[in-house]
Amino acid sequence: MKCLFNKLKTPFKLSLVMFVICGLIYPMLMTGLSQAIFPHQANGSLIEIDGKVIGSELVGQDFTDERLFHCRPSAVNYNTFTQNEKESKGQVLPSSGSENLASSNPKLEKRINDDIEKFLQENPTIKREDIPADIITASGSGLDPHISVDAANVQIDRVSKNTHISKEVLKKLIKDNIENKLLGIFGEEKVNVLQLNLSLIREIKQS
Amino acid sequence: MVQIVCTLLLFMVIIFPIGNYVYHVSVGKRTFADPVFDKMDNFVFRILKIDTSTMTWKKYAMSLLMVNLCLVFIGYLILRIQSIGFLNPNGISGMEESLSFNTIISFMTNTNLQHYAGESGLSYLSQMLVIIMMMFTSAATGFSACIAMIRGLLGKKMGNFYVDFIRIINRFLLPLSMIIGLFLVWQGVPQNLNSNIELTTIEGKIQEIASGPIAALESIKHLGTNGGGFLGANSATPLENPTIITNIIELFSMMILPVSCIFVFGRMAYDKHEESKANNRVYTLSTKNCNRANKVWIGKEGRTIFVAMSILFVIGLGVCFWSESLGNHAVAQAGITETFGNMEGKEVRFGVAQSALFTTATTSFTTGSVNNMHDTLTPLGGLVPLMHMMLNVVFGGAGVGLMNMLIYAIIAVFICGLMIGRTPEYLGKKIEGKEMKLAALCIIIHPLLILGFSALAVSIPEGVNGITNPSFHGLSQVLYEFASSAANNGSGFEGLLDNSLFWNMSCGIVMFLARYLPIIIQLGIAGSLMNKIDINESTGTLKTNTLTFAIILVIVVYIFAALTFLPAIALGPVAEMLTL
Repeated sequence: MKCLFNKLKTPFKLSLVMFVICGLIYPMLMTGLSQAIFPHQANGSLIEIDGKVIGSELVGQDFTDERLFHCRPSAVNYNTFTQNEKESKGQVLPSSGSENLASSNPKLEKRINDDIEKFLQENPTIKREDIPADIITASGSGLDPHISVDAANVQIDRVSKNTHISKEVLKKLIKDNIENKLLGIFGEEKVNVLQLNLSLIREIKQS
Repeated sequence: MVQIVCTLLLFMVIIFPIGNYVYHVSVGKRTFADPVFDKMDNFVFRILKIDTSTMTWKKYAMSLLMVNLCLVFIGYLILRIQSIGFLNPNGISGMEESLSFNTIISFMTNTNLQHYAGESGLSYLSQMLVIIMMMFTSAATGFSACIAMIRGLLGKKMGNFYVDFIRIINRFLLPLSMIIGLFLVWQGVPQNLNSNIELTTIEGKIQEIASGPIAALESIKHLGTNGGGFLGANSATPLENPTIITNIIELFSMMILPVSCIFVFGRMAYDKHEESKANNRVYTLSTKNCNRANKVWIGKEGRTIFVAMSILFVIGLGVCFWSESLGNHAVAQAGITETFGNMEGKEVRFGVAQSALFTTATTSFTTGSVNNMHDTLTPLGGLVPLMHMMLNVVFGGAGVGLMNMLIYAIIAVFICGLMIGRTPEYLGKKIEGKEMKLAALCIIIHPLLILGFSALAVSIPEGVNGITNPSFHGLSQVLYEFASSAANNGSGFEGLLDNSLFWNMSCGIVMFLARYLPIIIQLGIAGSLMNKIDINESTGTLKTNTLTFAIILVIVVYIFAALTFLPAIALGPVAEMLTL
């Protein structure tokens, strides 16, 4: 028994040291440095308008207003909910993920068809085969802030009709909001929906 | 396609200096950063009163197990009492027993299989003290074991576990994690101790956004080939992986350590070769200078292993990318043209190319973090990650991947020896009955755990209840879960409802056995080879530092995998593809 205790003495002490160095000092130091050097990013890249936080650059939102551009379908609804839902649920913790439906799962086909129907109802001028794939498939995180450029363009008719802003202006708005590939090679061309909607709102207010 | 090639080329550029540095750290040679790190190491040695003399393989393995045991014990307690008010701004409650058991084994074994969702399952205290801490220590454990095995194979002294363990953390993992972590914060990964953000959107709805010390976890998660995310959806979430730059940084950082291990192995084998050459001939000053002049990066033995692993990797990557580019069957059925390939479960900012690359890398390097959901991959796209975890030698996790590949090298040498009628030898050591028995035992554990437990899971209701996708894909979900546990990978076909007593316990047992049994056996093989006398190279010796041997190695790996896993794979992903 005593022998075992002696054998465990160094490992035990080493473990305690590791808890302190790697588990406490390292993350605390990282927090301090990040807060000092990159305070905006370290606190979630929040966007403030008139002193009120209205979103994060990184996280998509569940836009439903017919005047705004919409995000991709989300299994977690972008962690957004109405005041009533919040009151009934009490404390809500955020979540993330997808529905994890395999391509052979009939439920996936059904969900995609439902999303297409919904999209066609909202955008009656669009033909089924013109819908880009990303706007009717759910993202992996359920928080994807981006849509493809095609997916933004395909919503122009609806937004124009409901906001009375001309299609040309909307096209230019989208073009201004395109995030290009890094060095022209890495990543994909995309549009951040929240940023696009914010510039759209500025446009509405001006006109 | 172009960006995949560019990404891999970029990696080849950065890995040479880093591999060189890791080699210097591993063998105790001088580096530019010694003045600082020597002090840090000595400080830890002094307060722990560690005896830094070399160990036998049994003592080495024992120290490794004891340290892991202590970490598991304390970590389990913290998970159970995490509901205390300290560093818990979101009011997370304590974790239940079977889930705590699964989680603690998962993180200690470098698996990082998560049966909880980070946002609701862990307080910041647990994320820091248990998860981040174990990401360092489990990576260092694997790496130390690997270095010890290489030393044994080459007939050097085994070294001291505590020294190896502390050196790699102090000199490599900690400093690099901080640098990478700051890069990630710069790109937008949060790093704070505040509670989750609640805000009102422009449409007047309420949105919850997760917060916490995410960047600190994110950097070591990849650097140590751990892979357990701060948030449920792991590196797919824009909070953990906001831009293409972070995606490439995370990709590179998970590839660094496993590839560096090969550099260490190659260089040490080269050093030994040079030593024996020097002993065998008159040693003049001029030849010495001549040797110094040509700089050695990876060594011939290391190159063989690297080429073999790269061939396996590129084949897998090609299949995955091709299959994902073809698109999702269900989307095509709905009459939609997929110009960018299968986007279900993927993020727009990564697209198919970066997602396929990440998927292949995370399962090859057994990290297990995901930037897209593997359950929603096409059947063949999902076969690649499954297959690479079943092989478990395509670079593999920190240290253990190389250890597994060395076992395959021993088996390949043995098979070739039988074919040409010579005594098999590897790195100048005779491979005899004892080593072959141990190597065979080591290689059989992995398929036995995967297939045995999968068979158990599909034959009892507790197991079947977890399956969420119908038909063949359901079997793939089960196979994937156990392959991920046994390869100490940690990614998942996340649809599986795995937070139940059966799944928590069975996966915990698989992870535990799959981690420690091979390490002990591999150290045992190294310990046995260490004491053998070197035999001189002759014309009859099978050269193991050639391209031919690399190809033999690839074939041996594939044949072995086909013999063990083909029936299961045929019933899972292959059948799913054929029926679509």
